Amino acid sequence: MIRVVLPYHLRTLAGVDGEVVLDVEGGVTQRAVIDALEARYPTLRGTIRDHATHQRRPFLRFHACEQDLSHESPDAPLPDEVAAGKEPFQVVGAIAGG
Amino acid sequence: MSSVRVLVGTRKGAFVLESDATRSGWDVRGPHFGGWEIYHVAGSPADPDRLYAAQSTGWFGQIIQRSDDGGKTWEPVGNEFAYATDAGSHKWYDGTPHPWEFARVWHLEPSPTDPDTVYAGVEDAALFRSLDGGHVWEEFPGLRTHESGSGWQPGAGGLCLHSIVLHPTDPERMLVAISAAGVFRTDDAGKTWQPSNRGLRSEGLPDEDAEVGHCVHRIAMHPARPNVLFMQKHWDVMRSDNGGEAWQEISGNLPSDFGFPVAIHAHEPDTVYVVPIKSDSEHYPPDGRLRVYRSRTGGNEWEPLTRGLPQKDCYVNVLRDAMAVDSVDPCGVYFGTTGGQVYASTDSGDSWTTIVRDLPAVLSVEVQTLS
Repeated sequence: MIRVVLPYHLRTLAGVDGEVVLDVEGGVTQRAVIDALEARYPTLRGTIRDHATHQRRPFLRFHACEQDLSHESPDAPLPDEVAAGKEPFQVVGAIAGG
Repeated sequence: MSSVRVLVGTRKGAFVLESDATRSGWDVRGPHFGGWEIYHVAGSPADPDRLYAAQSTGWFGQIIQRSDDGGKTWEPVGNEFAYATDAGSHKWYDGTPHPWEFARVWHLEPSPTDPDTVYAGVEDAALFRSLDGGHVWEEFPGLRTHESGSGWQPGAGGLCLHSIVLHPTDPERMLVAISAAGVFRTDDAGKTWQPSNRGLRSEGLPDEDAEVGHCVHRIAMHPARPNVLFMQKHWDVMRSDNGGEAWQEISGNLPSDFGFPVAIHAHEPDTVYVVPIKSDSEHYPPDGRLRVYRSRTGGNEWEPLTRGLPQKDCYVNVLRDAMAVDSVDPCGVYFGTTGGQVYASTDSGDSWTTIVRDLPAVLSVEVQTLS
């Protein structure tokens, strides 16, 4: 069980409140978590990463366990606490606009 | 008894306004998609309850929303706008090559005959179409790969395809306009495209009457007279009497011929509306007076329409997609401002009232006349 925290606009778009809980097959990586997220909520496709390149959108960051994981490899294992469901994987919208 | 529905896109959401044919009282619903930029909301002429909305932010990219009940409920549909080919690059502001990158949908143009067919004009400039109600989008690559494409440069708002004019009876013919490349025309349903800018002159170009490179702001066509087109260019109001093959200036006595929208009266194809803006450096009305100008002669002779509009201390803008007409008789004219007001006239522009105020900055206004 993987816990994911989405920013407000993506929660609204997906029609969810609070954290999202996902089952992830195999290794728990950024790619695997977002694949599972998009499979569960197809309306999120293209909003977190590019449809074709799967590059993270530039104004979004990935945080977990008090670390910024945005520039880690999408195939690197996420922290054990995330894989164990103890800590959430956070999709964060950059704070901008003054 | 008909009714009227006004579709308003703003910087922070979409609003749907409805009134009966008297157009004297308005029910305002919204914001839909609060916090998102809504560049355009458009209704299908073939099924007025079918609406499409272009929803985007810099954070989360592009969403297309669809309603099948006149805007009461919405569902996200397809948002993948993949360029069909690698066309290399266009020019950046400084003249250096820049790769084509999808940014957002500026304009949605539903088919006049099929509710599931809708065109999308996007930034970086390209034309897409969906044949299945917005789920799957395919590009017309012949436009972007036109031999001039590598030389197209963005206007201040981006390299955007913002105007799509479908011929009312010939599905092979359409026109699009791109800032700042100009007008392009197809006569073979979008396979091939030709520049359609003869007669345009733009001071900012090294060659003022170049075949491409003009910052066209908006094109309007009356469906009863498809060969006559009106254009608000960056500077200059223009007219074509041959489907865009050539243009002549009709700015006449306007106080400024800079502006963004242009609209045509529903029942009088030679009655045209523009909103003069002081200059490209000062995006507000001349003298702080918000005036719509109307020509009843197809251009050149313009009269200011001021009754009900602020005539002092007004420094709003009216953007290119933010003016539209209904087809009630007498014709209603509507426009929205960057100050969040939507004004309406129920007498072809003679007088105006504010039908909603204090919205976020208005990006687009469309009107549906419902039977």
